[in-house]
Amino acid sequence: MNKDKVITAEALTKRFGSFTAVNGISFDVHKGEIFGFLGANGAGKTTAMRMLSGLSMPTSGKATVAGYDVYKENEKIKQNIGYMSQKFSLYEDLTVKENIRFYAGIYGMTNQFIKEKTGFILQHLHMEKEGDKLVRSLPLGWKQKLAFSVAIFHDPQIVFLDEPTGGVDPVTRREFWNMIYQAAENGITVFVTTHYMDEAEYCHRVSIMVDGRIDALDTPKELKRTFNASSMDEVFLKLARKATRVAD
Amino acid sequence: MRTLRFLLQKEFRQIFRDPSILRIIFVMPMIQLLILPWAADYEVKDINLAVVDHDHSDYSRQLVSKITASGYFRLQDYTASYQSALHEIEKDNADLILEIPASFEKHLVKEDKATLFLAVNAINGTKANLGGSYLKSIIQDYNSEVRTEWIQFPRFSPETQIEVTSSNWFNPLMNYKYFMVPGILVILVTMVGSFLAALNIVKEKEIGTIEQINVTPVKKYQFILGKLIPFWVLGLLILSIGLLISRVAYGIVPAGSFLTIYVFATVYLLAVLGLGLLVSTFTSTQQQAMLISFFMMMVFILLGGLYTSIDSMPEWAQVITKINPVSYFIDVMRMVILKGSSLGDIKYHILTVLGFAVFFNGWAVISYRKRS
Repeated sequence: MNKDKVITAEALTKRFGSFTAVNGISFDVHKGEIFGFLGANGAGKTTAMRMLSGLSMPTSGKATVAGYDVYKENEKIKQNIGYMSQKFSLYEDLTVKENIRFYAGIYGMTNQFIKEKTGFILQHLHMEKEGDKLVRSLPLGWKQKLAFSVAIFHDPQIVFLDEPTGGVDPVTRREFWNMIYQAAENGITVFVTTHYMDEAEYCHRVSIMVDGRIDALDTPKELKRTFNASSMDEVFLKLARKATRVAD
Repeated sequence: MRTLRFLLQKEFRQIFRDPSILRIIFVMPMIQLLILPWAADYEVKDINLAVVDHDHSDYSRQLVSKITASGYFRLQDYTASYQSALHEIEKDNADLILEIPASFEKHLVKEDKATLFLAVNAINGTKANLGGSYLKSIIQDYNSEVRTEWIQFPRFSPETQIEVTSSNWFNPLMNYKYFMVPGILVILVTMVGSFLAALNIVKEKEIGTIEQINVTPVKKYQFILGKLIPFWVLGLLILSIGLLISRVAYGIVPAGSFLTIYVFATVYLLAVLGLGLLVSTFTSTQQQAMLISFFMMMVFILLGGLYTSIDSMPEWAQVITKINPVSYFIDVMRMVILKGSSLGDIKYHILTVLGFAVFFNGWAVISYRKRS
């Protein structure tokens, strides 16, 4: 297997009863890449991501993440990935510092490391004054940026982001994407789902899921050329219109 | 080990930051232990009595004054018509009617025999039952008084009387609070142990943080221990507060040792925590967990021997109490506090509850999955 590939999927499938949420998807993600995962609501993006991050057991197909098999070595995968779910996942009744300390702690980071990096992150997020405030009291955009920082605190090989910028204002979204670029520059592979087509343009490569299948996978530039479209928005609409599945 | 420390630290922070949990821990035991034992009173007093006196004789008046002097009855109505007395019952002003027939005295004196009629309002079963039997024993007492008055030489009395005197072991004054308070304390510990734990885990499901934990390398047993230990500590804390309140407010000092109580409670909490854990794995919202917990609590209380004696339940209900962990703890508390039982006396209880602990926790651990 190519060392450069940090995620491989081959005919990966997930069925819930008679419903096939993810239908035999195959793709590779390269190291340091920002891989965009697009699709309408209910297309199967989150399910695919959950299988790769070890939260959901695939029905059939093969996949490896960070070189580990998703069936047998899912606990090893977990040490090497970060995950930021659609639902806000920090503890609102803990302070910013307590949240960082908790998540870093359960990933086995040392106290010294936690202390130093917490200071660095708070400075970076311009949140030095908020360190001892309850997360509940922060605005959504700040929470999301904090959640991302927590998800990559332990320097994972890959970070999975499930619609990280949902409901966030455009300025904060921009800042969020700057953070994503920075993480990618530091060698962290970013696997991100999104509904925002402008964000799709920022990705190195984009896959578009329709009804549980991957209908297109290429660089944004190539996709636009193939589908003879001027923007990713147009590409997406052309593909998504074919969908027969009712969105949830 | 280090991971567990982080989990515990987080859990305790959240618990002690939540004012509603603090209220449950400190205020609920106080209210329950200071108010409930007074309300859960088995003694029936102030029974409202209506007397229908058709006789209006010396004897009938003597009987009525003897009844009212007992302190258990309140003479609500003294009339000459049964209809009007019945009307009092219909209006719920009276619980009992005692009808004294005309020529009660005449019959008693001339024929050595008289009949009284007792009508009971059985809507409130306990009151009617006890009231009826109190009244009967007062009348009986009166009967023997009348008899001794007539028999001049009691020594040669042809009537043999058996008088029964009883002595109440372990609770000589029959103070029902000695009996109720330990039981209520058990219910408290159970609620904290199982339901707070269940709600806590389900809350993490609801807000989605459990998924964030599931995607980390935290092991299943670490997560479960991280949830069990805090509520185990809280349960023992509540038990201690409760024992302190029973000491201060009711002067209840266990006849047995505290060690026995704590050893049992330690094992017992494991069992109910396992149950809470199980509830949390089968529910996905706090509302569901709450409803299930509420239902189980009803069963626990009513089939646990807190208010009603297990021995007088029907056969099948007694079988259910055997699988109710609460019934064991109530039994143990009463045995240790009133009778002074030691660890040796309750080893059957400990082993059974240990079995529950293994069963519930085992089941919960198997059904809790990091991956769906």
